[in-house]
Order: sequence, then structure tokens, then C-alpha cells
Amino acid sequence: MNMLTEGRPTKQDENLAVPDQGALKTHTGNRALMVDEPLIFETGSPDRSGVDLPEAPSVESRLGGLDRDEPISIPGLSEAEMVRHYTRLSRQNYAIDVGLFPLGSCTMKHNPRLNEKMARLKGFSDIHPLQPVDSVQGALGLIDELATWLKTLTGMPAVAMSPKAGAHGELCGILAIRSALEARGDAREVILVPESAHGTNPATAAFAGYKVEDIPANTDGRVDLDALKARLGPDVAGVMITNPNTCGLFEPDMKAISDAVHEAGGLVYCDGANFNAIVGRVRPGDLGIDAMHINLHKTFSTPHGGGGPGSGPVVFSQALAPFAPLPFVEKTADGHFHLVEEETAEDHHESSFGRMVAFHGQMGMFTRALTYMLSHGADGLKQVAEDAVLNANYVLRSLEDVLEAPFAKSGPCMHEALFSDNGFTNGLTTLDLAKGLIDEGYHPMTMYFPLVVHGAMLVEPTETESRAAIDQFIGALRSVAERAKAGDEMLKSAPHFAPRRRLDETQAARKPILVWQEPEEYAEAAE
Amino acid sequence: MRYLPLTPNDRQDMLATIGASSIDELFVDVPEDARLDGPIRDLPMHAGEMAVEAHMKKLAKNNSAAGDMPFFLGAGAYRHHVPASVDHIIQRGEFLTAYTPYQPEIAQGTLQTLFEFQTQVARLFGVDVANASMYDGSTACWEAIVMARRITKRGKAVLSSGLHPHYVSVAKTMARFTKDQLVSEAPTLEAATDGADLLEQIDDDTSCVVVQYPDILGRIGDMSALAEKAHSHKALLIAVVTEPVALGAIKSPGQMGADIVVGEGQSLGVGLQFGGPYVGLFGCKQKYVRQMPGRLCGETVDSEGKRGFVLTLSTREQHIRREKATSNICTNSGLCALAFTAHMTLLGEKGLRELAMLNHKKAVATADRLASIQGVSLLNESFFNEFTLVLDKDTRPIVRKLADQKILAGVSLGRLYPEEGTLAHGLIVAVTETSSDEDVEALAIALEGELA
Ligand SMILES: Cc1ncc(COP(=O)(O)O)c(C=O)c1O
Repeated sequence: MNMLTEGRPTKQDENLAVPDQGALKTHTGNRALMVDEPLIFETGSPDRSGVDLPEAPSVESRLGGLDRDEPISIPGLSEAEMVRHYTRLSRQNYAIDVGLFPLGSCTMKHNPRLNEKMARLKGFSDIHPLQPVDSVQGALGLIDELATWLKTLTGMPAVAMSPKAGAHGELCGILAIRSALEARGDAREVILVPESAHGTNPATAAFAGYKVEDIPANTDGRVDLDALKARLGPDVAGVMITNPNTCGLFEPDMKAISDAVHEAGGLVYCDGANFNAIVGRVRPGDLGIDAMHINLHKTFSTPHGGGGPGSGPVVFSQALAPFAPLPFVEKTADGHFHLVEEETAEDHHESSFGRMVAFHGQMGMFTRALTYMLSHGADGLKQVAEDAVLNANYVLRSLEDVLEAPFAKSGPCMHEALFSDNGFTNGLTTLDLAKGLIDEGYHPMTMYFPLVVHGAMLVEPTETESRAAIDQFIGALRSVAERAKAGDEMLKSAPHFAPRRRLDETQAARKPILVWQEPEEYAEAAE
Repeated sequence: MRYLPLTPNDRQDMLATIGASSIDELFVDVPEDARLDGPIRDLPMHAGEMAVEAHMKKLAKNNSAAGDMPFFLGAGAYRHHVPASVDHIIQRGEFLTAYTPYQPEIAQGTLQTLFEFQTQVARLFGVDVANASMYDGSTACWEAIVMARRITKRGKAVLSSGLHPHYVSVAKTMARFTKDQLVSEAPTLEAATDGADLLEQIDDDTSCVVVQYPDILGRIGDMSALAEKAHSHKALLIAVVTEPVALGAIKSPGQMGADIVVGEGQSLGVGLQFGGPYVGLFGCKQKYVRQMPGRLCGETVDSEGKRGFVLTLSTREQHIRREKATSNICTNSGLCALAFTAHMTLLGEKGLRELAMLNHKKAVATADRLASIQGVSLLNESFFNEFTLVLDKDTRPIVRKLADQKILAGVSLGRLYPEEGTLAHGLIVAVTETSSDEDVEALAIALEGELA
């Protein structure tokens, strides 16, 4: 054995027997960096705090006799504990910063840190939405500049900036469609949505008071134009088409679809969640659509934040522009920015369908998205689309021999590759494959969406992965796919190496525990 | 291009693997007349960090930042001190760059935080359960009205005149399309809330009565009688809280019988950000859980019996139920919920109560100072950290003029209610722990100048 000069061993004894690590137990149950973290309700206490506040002035309170006289029971932690608590929790998360995140339809690309820095400039982060407009000219100017980018990139004449996420943008578009139809006295009741559409599409149409009907798909994963045409009629308000669609394919008939819908008196909503595949290469405005939302948190790199926030501006055609929601920014001839809110609506914009959210939208996301657009420029954004599409096709062609790719014969895909579970044996499913991929160190792809493919696996590598990273991922997915086809029993109990083994979702739903409750002993002791 | 790792060689090799001769071949499905031949014109080309930063800083400079001057705006968005450690936590890449925790085994960080968030919100509101966040307070408010319609199968919602006018506008926009009936009026400049009037509006057709607490004018009303009346007609009481810090000082809506409590969580952890992103809070009684909108995080165990957390009851949601879902929401406000929770965890009950009393007492002292000015009277008998002044002049021009002098005085009712001439003399002033005595004095002197 080698020794340092102070006598500390530096190398393990070569003859030492190393036990099977699965059999080893630790006192804490932790495994080195894999550390379990209790809830704040188990470690904190209501009389501990991580903030120091100045004395309050000594005046009588004026709370109208409604003083909070019952315990709130929210525990506190010191700053040291709080930072450690959430840092430890963070280490149980997979994230883009940790590795390739091929979650189809979600465009999990790198989130540049310059965006974060810019969003924190006090001139953006520390301004109130109701400050007099003269004191926020820079903010309104930023909104106007971002709006110009969005209109130019999509080739559409107008944009509503206030929607809070993609689904909220869909709602914005559908309300504009309904307003436009009502304005011409046309009470149509049905919105047509392809079966392959994201769940938010039918949910949105219903939320806006519409009946929803399916549009059938053809065998190569696209809208069946003839079937759509056959269904169009005086009761159809419009269609919601995703393009590129959720099978990762461009809808080559988009213009024909738009024309047919318009001819039948309806309007065309395009779900633009997949804009990343075509940004800078195709302008949706050239395809005859009337409204489309853009997820700034996908195409334009604002972080997904563990579930949000997002931002879903909606571009409009000339036909829908007058119905856009309040508020919006207008630039006057002298370069001043004006905020059109309720007060001036009657003067200028009487056909606007009204306000759909308090204040003016997701400013924090606008700052990040504009920073990203300026960084890439028109040339860089085109390259973004090309590399995203290239990476996805590379994944598709590298794996189609081992995973069934139901639409691969119809030609290239766009920014995501779609596979099915056809050929898996021994009862193994897409879920099992996904959990096996976790053990390989990856976040799985989107599973079981779109619904039109059995056991769907939607892989979106994005443009911010290197070739080496993609090759490594392909190798891992190939290996797990081969195991799924060979019926490897071990996949059924995967993941084996994650912070948690497979979690019981059935139990969670049967007896939902949604908030922490004091353990019984505590309750009894308190009695 | 600094965010794109592929080299020209990589691209060539990969095209060869695919069997395509050029990138254009991958875009064959795009009709020819829709293909662009080069980068889109009329937009700048790519730029380095320094150039982008310079551009953004120029825009940022052209705004009056609240922290640089006396600042008293509220009306649904409040300036509180956010401890430095909160921003540190939300910038951890493992939180910042994750998404909705669809794969719970590798998302326990997000999920456990959401479970803590749900518990904190439920306890703050005094209700049984809360969800994992909505976009903001105004959309959460409409979702609550929709939920009440689903539960009661009635379509008439009675809105308090003290409900934030933007929240009212959102509800009116939506109700026009969904054919819900809304009863709503603008507020009047009286010391008492409209609780007594609302009592008379509740009948057997009413699905819910929606009350903001404290209300848009800063008034605090006891909602117990409204809850009782609503329940006697099998209607629901929905309480709306736009300033959650208040609940460190005043009774929770749940304690007064509210069935659904929604709110804007921006005050804790999030910052002003010109109106977004914010975080909608949504809580209710246990018996209505299955009618809630949005994501819910629940406790369960893994196959080794270890405690863990998952998204649950998803049969309510759009990705399963599609057009029959309780809501169309998908992406919510996850990161803002984390900021809320980290800030709340630093405070704890003790810190929250202290923060609330600090806000309240500063507001009391400020209200008295401002009400001592000739031509200014204080509307409220009770309030939390926000009150309404009635000036003997139209307040909107005054607020604009003071902003030019670098004093952000408050929110004029004329801005919020342009149609209501009777409200033009009203000014809503919010005071938080960030307002100093010097700020208050500066505002008082400026107002004296304007009203002299
Ligand atoms: C195709 C598609 N449409 C709509 C949405 C909804 O967007 P958001 O989650 O921002 O509401 C998504 C994203 O999840 C999507 O993938």
C-alpha cells in the first residue's frame, strides 16, 4: 500500500474483496451524493426565520378587528438551511443543464445565461405595470421591438403579446376567431381539431364555448385534406392545425387547408408550438393562416422553470387583427410608445375582444426572448431551424432499424422523430423503455403523445446538442430499445439508479395526499 | 454562433448519414413558393454578448426603476424585498432548466417543492388543498368562477365592486363567450366594503359570489356573513387575495368560510417585472378537489416503499380529458411558485407575521401623514398596506406629473376606471417594507405642492 508522507493511504489494497453494492446498507439510507431531503414541515418551525426586519413604527393597528388569531403553521428556516434544503432538492432533478432533454413538442434547448442577466436589469425587473407610461418607455419599446421580430419572422401583420403561455395563446386566437365571426353575425359552433393535436387544442376550444370535432389523419401522419373538406360547412367556425404537426411532420397541404376553410367561411388557427423547426426558413403567414401562438419558452429559449412560466404571443392575419385583445403598445409618429388599455378602447379599437389577463403579459419572458433573438439574428435563427431539423433526422435515420418509425417512409421529419413501441416483447411498454433510459442518464422523450401512434415516443433533440452528445444518446436509446425488443425483464423494474424507484401513481390518485399533514403521533401529543 | 455546437463538418457528415445531399432536402415538404431563399430581411444579423447587452441596457435605462425613487404603487402588484438567496435558488439550472415533472423519478426536486408550495398556500389561505399554480391572479379568478359553475351547475356569478378591475375585465371577456352571467358594478368611494349589497344579490341562481380581500381600495371586510348567505343558497364564496402578505396579519378567507380562495402570489419571491410572469394561487375545500384546474402534486411511495411525489389526478387535465378537461392550462408558473416557496420558507410564520405588521404599521403612519395634507382625505377605516386617498383634484394628471419628478405616487383610480368620473379623485397608495420615511415625506411634500 502506498502512503503519503503523513501516513495516509492513497490507494486501496488490491486484494480487498469489494461486496456487491446493492447489498450494502448505509446508516442514513443515503448513498454519497444521493441524499434524501425531508420536507420543511419536518425540519423547520414556525418560530424560526431567515429574514431580519426593522422595527415597525409604534402606531395602533387598523385591521378592523380581523386580526389573524389562529396559527398559520408555516415553518421557517434560517438562510443557511433554506439554501441547503433547496440545493439538495435541486440535485434530484434532471434538467437541460444536466444533459440532453429530448422531450418532444417541448423544445428543450439550452437557455442562454445572458437572457437571465438581461431580465434582471432593474429597468425591466423593478418596474410596476401601472406606472405612468412616460416612466416605462423603454419597456414599451421592448415589447414593440419583440412584436416586430415576431411579425417579421411569421409574416403576419399583427400580434397580441399578453397571453401567458401556449394554451392561453390558443384561447386568444380562438376568441378572436369567434369575435370575427360574431361581428359578421355568424354563429358557428364547431371547431375541428386533428386527433393528433395537443390536448390543449380541444380543451381551449371547449373553454371558449365551442363544440369540438376530430379531423381524421391519413396514413402518413398528416391531415386528411379530403375528409376535412367534406366536413367543412356553415356550422364550422374554424380549424386548429399544428404545423409542423405533432408527428414531427410538415403539413404540405397547409395552404390548401387554409383556402378550403376560408372558402367555407371559417378561419384557421395554427398551433405554433413547433415553430422551432421552421423559424427563419418559412413564414406561416405565407400559408394562409389567421392566427398562431408562439411559445417563447420553446422556440425563443426562455427557461421552462420546472413547469413554467411561459409566454404565448399570438400573431394575427389582417382579418383577425382588429379583434386582438387589450392591452397593446402603439408607436406614435414622434417615436413615443402609447399603451392602449381600457380607456382608449372605445376611441380606437372598439372591436377588440377585451382583456384576457391583468396587466400586459410576461415581460420577464419578453426580455429573455428578445435577448435571444438579437443574439442569433435572422441568420442565426435560420441556422437554428436547420440544425434542429438535421439533428432530428439524424436521430430518426440512426434508429429506424431498431425502433419502428411509423411515418419515416413519408420522407424527412422536421424537428422531432416519432417512434412506436411496435416490436417490444414480454409485455414491455414505452413506459418501461423510458424508465430504462433514465438509468442510462437521460430524460426520456415525450411518451404516449401523439395519440395516433401506439406507445408513441416523440424525440426532439433540438439544435443545441453537439454531434457527440447526440451520438451518445443514440447509442443509449438503441441499447434500451434492443432490450425492450428482446423482452428484458429488468426494464420492468427500471429505473434502478434514480433518486426514486418507480413511483406508484395509482396510489397517489386513489387517496390523494396533496398537502402535508402532521403525523398522527404529533396530533395525539398535542391533544 | 455561440449556442450552436454543430460544425460545418458535422453537418456534412450527418447529412451523409441521413442520405440527403443538402439541408434543403430535409425541407422538401414545404411548398416551394413558401420557402425563403435566405435569412429573413429587415431583421439584424447575429450579435455577440457585448453588443446585445448594450442594446438591452439602453432600453432598460429608459424606464424609471421603482427602487430608484419614492414608490407607492400597488393595485395587484407589490414591491417587496426579495432576499438574495431566493434568486440564487431559482437560478440553479436543475430548477431553471427542467420542465413539468412528467418523469417523477428524476424530478423529485421540483415535485417536493410543489408539495411544499401547495401546503404553504393552503395554510396561508386557510383551506384544505391548493394546486401547483396558475398563470396569475386574474386567470385564477376566472378559473374559480368556471369551477363554481361546474360544481353548482348554475351560471350566475356575483362579483364584488371591490374586485380588481382587470380581474373583472378578464371575467367579462370570457363570460361573453361562455354565456355566463356576471353581476358587477364599479366601486363607490365609501369607507365600508360592498358586503351588505352583495348579500342581497345572492339567490338560488347564483353559482358564486366573488370577493377581493383586502379589496381594490384597500378595505378589509368580514366575509363570514357572505359565506353563510351563499351557502344557504347552495352557492360558493370565492375569495380573491392580491396581496398574500396581508394574510400574515388578517384572518384567512378559509376561516371565514370561503370555499375557493385564489390569489396573486407575486408579492413573495417574484418581483414587479412590469406585470409578469407572476404566479396564480388556487386553493379550495377538500370536497371540490376533483373539480380543480391545473396541476396537482401528490404524495405516494416508490417500489421500495420510499416516500416520493408525483403529478396526480390528471384525469381532470387537458392531456387526458381533452375537450372535457377542467381547464386548458398546461404550462403554469412553476419557477415563480418555487420563488414564492423559497421566500415563504425564509419567512416562516414568525417572519410572515412580522413582515405583515411592518407593512401595516408603516401604511398606518403614512396614511395619517398624507391625510394631514390640506385637500386630502383618507377613505379607509381599516386597511392592510394599501389605502385610498380622495384628493380635491383629479389624480391622474398629478400622478403623471409626480412621475416626471421621479416620485411614483400610487395608482390613480382614473387609470383603472376611466369610465367612472366619480372615481377620478381617488388615489390608491401602497406602502411596504421597502418604503422609507424619507420616501413618505417626499411624497407628502410633493402632494402638498400639487394641492396648494
Ligand atoms: C403542440 C403543443 N401545443 C400547445 C402546447 C401548449 O403550450 P403551453 O404549455 O405553453 O400552454 C404545447 C406544449 O406543451 C404543445 O406541445
